[in-house]
Amino acid sequence: MNLDSKTIYKIADLARIHIEEEDVEQLIPEMNKILSFMEKLNELDTTNVEPLVYMNDATNVWREDEIKQEISTTDGLKNAAKHNERFFMVPKIIEK
Amino acid sequence: MSLGTSENNYELVSGLEIHVQLNTNTKIFSADSASFGALPNQNISTVSLALPGSLPKLNKEVVAKAVRIGLALNCTINQINHFDRKNYFYADLPKGYQITQDSQPICINGFLEVELADGSTKKIGINRIHLEEDAGKSIHDQDENYSLVDLNRAGVPLIEIVTEPDIRSAEEASALLTEIRKLVRHLNVSDGNMEEGSLRCDANISIRPKNATDFGTRCEVKNLNSMRNVRRAMDFEFSRQVEVVSAGGKIIQSTLNFDADKGTTSPMRTKEEANDYRYFADPDLPPVSISDAWLAEIKSLMPALPNEIWRQMVADFGISKADAALFAEDLSLLAYFNRALPNVKNKKSLINWLVGPVRAILSERGISIANFGVKPEQLAEALNLVDEKKLTQQIAIQQLLPAIENHDTEDVVKLAESLNLLISTNSDDLDGYIDEALQKYSQQVEAYKKGKKGVLGLFVGEVMKLAKGKADAKKINELILEKLK
Repeated sequence: MNLDSKTIYKIADLARIHIEEEDVEQLIPEMNKILSFMEKLNELDTTNVEPLVYMNDATNVWREDEIKQEISTTDGLKNAAKHNERFFMVPKIIEK
Repeated sequence: MSLGTSENNYELVSGLEIHVQLNTNTKIFSADSASFGALPNQNISTVSLALPGSLPKLNKEVVAKAVRIGLALNCTINQINHFDRKNYFYADLPKGYQITQDSQPICINGFLEVELADGSTKKIGINRIHLEEDAGKSIHDQDENYSLVDLNRAGVPLIEIVTEPDIRSAEEASALLTEIRKLVRHLNVSDGNMEEGSLRCDANISIRPKNATDFGTRCEVKNLNSMRNVRRAMDFEFSRQVEVVSAGGKIIQSTLNFDADKGTTSPMRTKEEANDYRYFADPDLPPVSISDAWLAEIKSLMPALPNEIWRQMVADFGISKADAALFAEDLSLLAYFNRALPNVKNKKSLINWLVGPVRAILSERGISIANFGVKPEQLAEALNLVDEKKLTQQIAIQQLLPAIENHDTEDVVKLAESLNLLISTNSDDLDGYIDEALQKYSQQVEAYKKGKKGVLGLFVGEVMKLAKGKADAKKINELILEKLK
């Protein structure tokens, strides 16, 4: 596997992580190492093997349409980095 | 080669993505309320807030509602379906992904026939209907330095109806939306309210030379929040694209915003990189398996659809399509009609009353027939009296109906009697009134006798006035003619 710096930036962008330019040189070999390790999985022949998504065979795990109000606005806002009495506050989103 | 600038050389090609908020009590994956209009961040839960360790649990009613609208849109129900994660970052999406259905939507391959102004019908294909959760709401203009986030809407159930690119005009788009809004209301799937955002629409729009079979490059216009704006955006986009292509330019695939004030579209600010949503099946939500038995049950509980209802009424009662449509589009009116029907002697009068005077009373008060103080059985009795010529229609509407609303009585005939509203069948009384009238208008009587037959109405009117409206005009007519012979 050979990642280039463009891919590093793309992955960082998708993960909403800011990376410094000087760190990219170091990230390339580190990421490559992880990917090469994972590539080992490709040695296995998975033809005709359905992807495993769920840990059991359960279907229709559902509930009836009945309201249960379990937390208050105050409780809900408590863990937010920034909030006022009623709203979560986040850095201004310029895009409109 | 001269392309010309005429819009007549091109046709519009469009498909819609229609988001419909379902009117369930609770959200799609959690039990907090899904209602509109609560105080900010009142309808929240650990799932809506995406707190670590919280797990979504599907609302069964959401599945039932999606199946109902799928059946109404002639779709195949995908009995085994599942949820996927659509990954992207936005402040009003606290999980960092939206739960939606990508590879296996709940309904596929349907169609809807809509009627156009010229009377023709147009069949528009439905590619798919999938379930998903709504995002929260960001407010950008209340604080100078921060955006405010309200998560009441986060997790409200949505269906997205995706049509085939079968739409060829703004009229077709608006007819389709109107029909879908009618259906979701009729099936009690959504309130279909565009102003409150229960029904939202994105339009994919492209153009191509007439008779071409290939599709042109499309632009997606987002957030069309009224029927009028859908038409305006389509008309504007069509002209804009024709202009670009006619000038030798190329349409660039893009996402556009519609500016409702100016009636124009403009490119949304986008990142250089194309969106990469990395869809994958959500392991937190086991797949949905709709059993044959449950599907059959949902089918059996489907009400007749508006198009079936009006066709049936036209066939059964020989009324106009426009009148029949009033019943087809208002289930409470239809229920009222069906309750009154067994009690009336003349079915057609019942229809005439409901679409005429009763409708006028309701619209004057701005209420639905469900809140009308006159019960169906009472209305039936009142109009039977009119049909039997025991009561004039005018008195029935102006006096008897209000009296029924104000009196707690089952016996409408007795009420009419006690209020002295019934037509006086006493010919002696009428005779007296007629003599009085003819005397008053003796000059006109002379004129009548000389051949001026038009004054008859004047005599009838005067007698009616003397009888305080409680007389049968036809009978007065006969009696006067008799007298003037």
